Amino acid sequence: MTKELDFKQLRHGTELLKRGFAKMQKGGVIMDVTNAEQAKIAEEAGAVAVMALERVPADIRAQGGVARMADPAKIQEIMDAVTIPVMAKCRIGHFAEAQALEALGVDMLDESEVLTPADPFYHIDKRGFTIPFVCGCRNLGEAVRRIWEGAAMIRTKGEAGTGNIIEAIRHQRIVDGSIKHLKLMEDADIYLLAEEYTQSYVKATEEITGREVDVNTPVFGKYLLDDIKQDIFEILKEIKEIQRLPVVNFAAGGIATPADAAIMMQLGSDGVFVGSGIFKSSNPTKRAKAIVDAVANYDKPEVIAEVSKNLGDAMPGQEIDKLDVRLQERGW
Amino acid sequence: MVKVGVIAAQGAISEHRDAFKKAFKETGLKGDVVLIRDKEDVSAADGIAIPGGESTTIAKYLHRTGIAGEIIKKVTNENMPVMGTCAGCVLLAKEIIDDQSEKVNPLSLMNMSVKRNAFGRQRESFEATVNVEDFGKPYHAVFIRAPTITKTWGNCKPIAMFENKIVGAQQDNLLALSFHPELTSDLMFHKYFLKLVIKQP
Repeated sequence: MTKELDFKQLRHGTELLKRGFAKMQKGGVIMDVTNAEQAKIAEEAGAVAVMALERVPADIRAQGGVARMADPAKIQEIMDAVTIPVMAKCRIGHFAEAQALEALGVDMLDESEVLTPADPFYHIDKRGFTIPFVCGCRNLGEAVRRIWEGAAMIRTKGEAGTGNIIEAIRHQRIVDGSIKHLKLMEDADIYLLAEEYTQSYVKATEEITGREVDVNTPVFGKYLLDDIKQDIFEILKEIKEIQRLPVVNFAAGGIATPADAAIMMQLGSDGVFVGSGIFKSSNPTKRAKAIVDAVANYDKPEVIAEVSKNLGDAMPGQEIDKLDVRLQERGW
Repeated sequence: MVKVGVIAAQGAISEHRDAFKKAFKETGLKGDVVLIRDKEDVSAADGIAIPGGESTTIAKYLHRTGIAGEIIKKVTNENMPVMGTCAGCVLLAKEIIDDQSEKVNPLSLMNMSVKRNAFGRQRESFEATVNVEDFGKPYHAVFIRAPTITKTWGNCKPIAMFENKIVGAQQDNLLALSFHPELTSDLMFHKYFLKLVIKQP
């Protein structure tokens, strides 16, 4: 067999490779880091990946202004420092940031509400990318739309930068409850639900064109409404059958302690993202390791008790109803 | 009835469990799959699979829990079969040769050197057909930030090749694959491993 032939057989960026990458993260902790030193601490603690940022969500929240993708030089520095995968965030809908980060070589992109959204109408068409995407959701509709757009991994939005777990639990319970409810639904009802879930594409297109969407109007890229509806109907039927999302589902947005991580795992998350929770605490090295242990032993209360001892101060927490900005409301 | 243990540290645990369950069913062999979370669990297993995931994370788990020591003992004393895929392949090696190799403390069971992320980052992950000796048919393999086996010696032999690179090796009852048979429906390697486990007295 010639080299040329072999090369043609080689396939990059397939759905299997994207979803497969996410599966390799299961049961793990993905930690936000802002420099090489933090990345090494995360890796040494047993993180399965790091999210490279310029500022952690708590600082983004405190400083305000427009939050954009991080400086590629910063991300490169982090990529050079560790051998575990490095993820980075781009703004919702900002496909040029996503392209730049893919060109840089990051392993996964987070189209994230933690950054300021760039497109008021559309999320990124993620199928065109070679590297996989993770996206946040508050409910099954958001999860299914992101999966339809090509996300290989879903996470709860929670409320990033607050150190408050309540929104992550809310989103996990809502997604889970909707999945359980699908079991009781006939196909005709699921089709109606698929129709409801496609309405945000219709609304965006009507806002752009100023007229009603008909069967021949593309409502997302080149895709027609009926095609999207049919695809989402199929995704929902698969979810009904397997009783979980068809992609890996992590918890994010407010995890600050080992017990926070454990409760999300017990509620059915496949793993956790910890944003500000580690490097905004008083002892990041110890807390990072404790949260890794908590995820691996989420159903063993005696381990959670042990690893929670003497961790120092957790990050300062915030009440959700006292917030100026609710990041979870970004994206639709 | 034999028991195959799947190391439940992190990664494609449920995929390996499901693949082995299916392999038992399709081959008609009698057996069950157990998850290995503590060192006490190792004694119950007749063979062990180390899934794909992050090699640094899984290595830390195996050593911290003491599972690593138990596996090494059972392989040395009882010739227990072990299959490692991707990260698992890295952990079976005696030698890791990439430039941050000090970050992984392997089980050092197989006479081979591995290089982690040998093809590059996720962007370079790929699906391709590999040639597997003795199986008589090409195999469709999934490589995700995959390692390669750069060298084997002694009784460790290459069994799968992709473009002159070793992507699978066997040393007696130990099987190392740099790709992910747990992600595809072809259960050839899981069935092959079950036969190694069943053969044990």
